[in-house]
Amino acid sequence: MSAENLQLFEIFLRSRRGLDHKHVGSLHAEDHEQALEYARDVYTRRSEGVSIWVVKSDDICASQEDDSESFYDPSNDKPYRLATYYQLPDEVNNM
Amino acid sequence: MVEIDQQQKFQNKIDAEIKIEPKDWMPEAYRKNLIRQISQHAHSEVIGMQPEGNWITRAPSLRRKAILLAKVQDEGGHGLYLYSTAETLGITREEMINALQDGSARYASIFNYPTQTWADVGAIGWLVDGAAIVNQISLQRTSYGPYSRSMVRICKEESFHQRQGYELMLTLSRGSEAQKAMAQDSLNRFYWPSLMMFGPHDTESAHSASSMKWKVKRETNDDLRQKFIDQTAPQIEFLGLQHPDKDLKWNDEKGQFDSGEINWDEFWRVINGDGHCNRQRVQHHINAHKEGAWVREAMASYQQKKKSKAA
Repeated sequence: MSAENLQLFEIFLRSRRGLDHKHVGSLHAEDHEQALEYARDVYTRRSEGVSIWVVKSDDICASQEDDSESFYDPSNDKPYRLATYYQLPDEVNNM
Repeated sequence: MVEIDQQQKFQNKIDAEIKIEPKDWMPEAYRKNLIRQISQHAHSEVIGMQPEGNWITRAPSLRRKAILLAKVQDEGGHGLYLYSTAETLGITREEMINALQDGSARYASIFNYPTQTWADVGAIGWLVDGAAIVNQISLQRTSYGPYSRSMVRICKEESFHQRQGYELMLTLSRGSEAQKAMAQDSLNRFYWPSLMMFGPHDTESAHSASSMKWKVKRETNDDLRQKFIDQTAPQIEFLGLQHPDKDLKWNDEKGQFDSGEINWDEFWRVINGDGHCNRQRVQHHINAHKEGAWVREAMASYQQKKKSKAA
């Protein structure tokens, strides 16, 4: 880490109370505190958020999209896990 | 004085429908109330796997077996969402599990009833999950943000549970005389305990007043129960089964059903530990937890090994 090459942080914003934080982007900072201030300056200039999470990018462990077939399989071959799979007569279909 | 200001600010947020998030200041009693309710909810999901799990190996077809297995898996997942939600309030998983196992925490009394026949799998999906959905839809609007969000997630997954249960009951009630009788018997046994899931009458409920003031609960026990009674009556009729409540009668003026009184002695007896399966349910949980200890230990030692290799 040098003055020219700071750590990368991922920024998450809660747009409104009651909602989940969503990833909005990333930025460079010296530490968490600075990342929080930068995130405020960069990502909430138009009232985009009421709460900010900053996480070191290195701390994020991500799944690989190339592996998705083996990673997520098997789920689509089990349609009975969806409500729409069950055909009920109209009289009681509002369930 | 500071405490009073905070109390007032907190209540103002609640009154303005602003969600409370984990790092916000909150009254100790609010935190405790939530921990009690959410952990009880989590325990119910996990203990609820037992009565239905009882029938997985004996499901009448591969289709029914796959459905039941997927449903029971969902319940385990819901338990996980809810334990994690409770943990945002500063309680540990271990403390919650201990409270379940030593009897100081409760779970829904319905799961202390035995599943005697295959039709019970249908009745549980339809009635028990149906009652849970009525409650959980209302809880999507609860004041605690993480609880509200996990309710949204759970409700999305839950509707298949109720529909598969009703479909199962419909199949039985359109089947042979014996199958129809089995469906009727199961409905008779599960109808009243399902109504009990909503808890005591509002006038008797220990936590209702503060829960409503803090908007932990959004509708009272009796209002939610009425919703369930009203939605279930036509579903019973469509199955062509006898309604277990002989006093049930449509009240035109109120626009809802009048119904018979619940057997509250039974409710309190089962809640306080004397249902058919209370001891068995908790003992089974203790055993499963013990028998699973080697898995947790293996995970921990693998972690140690990975760390020492990296060092």
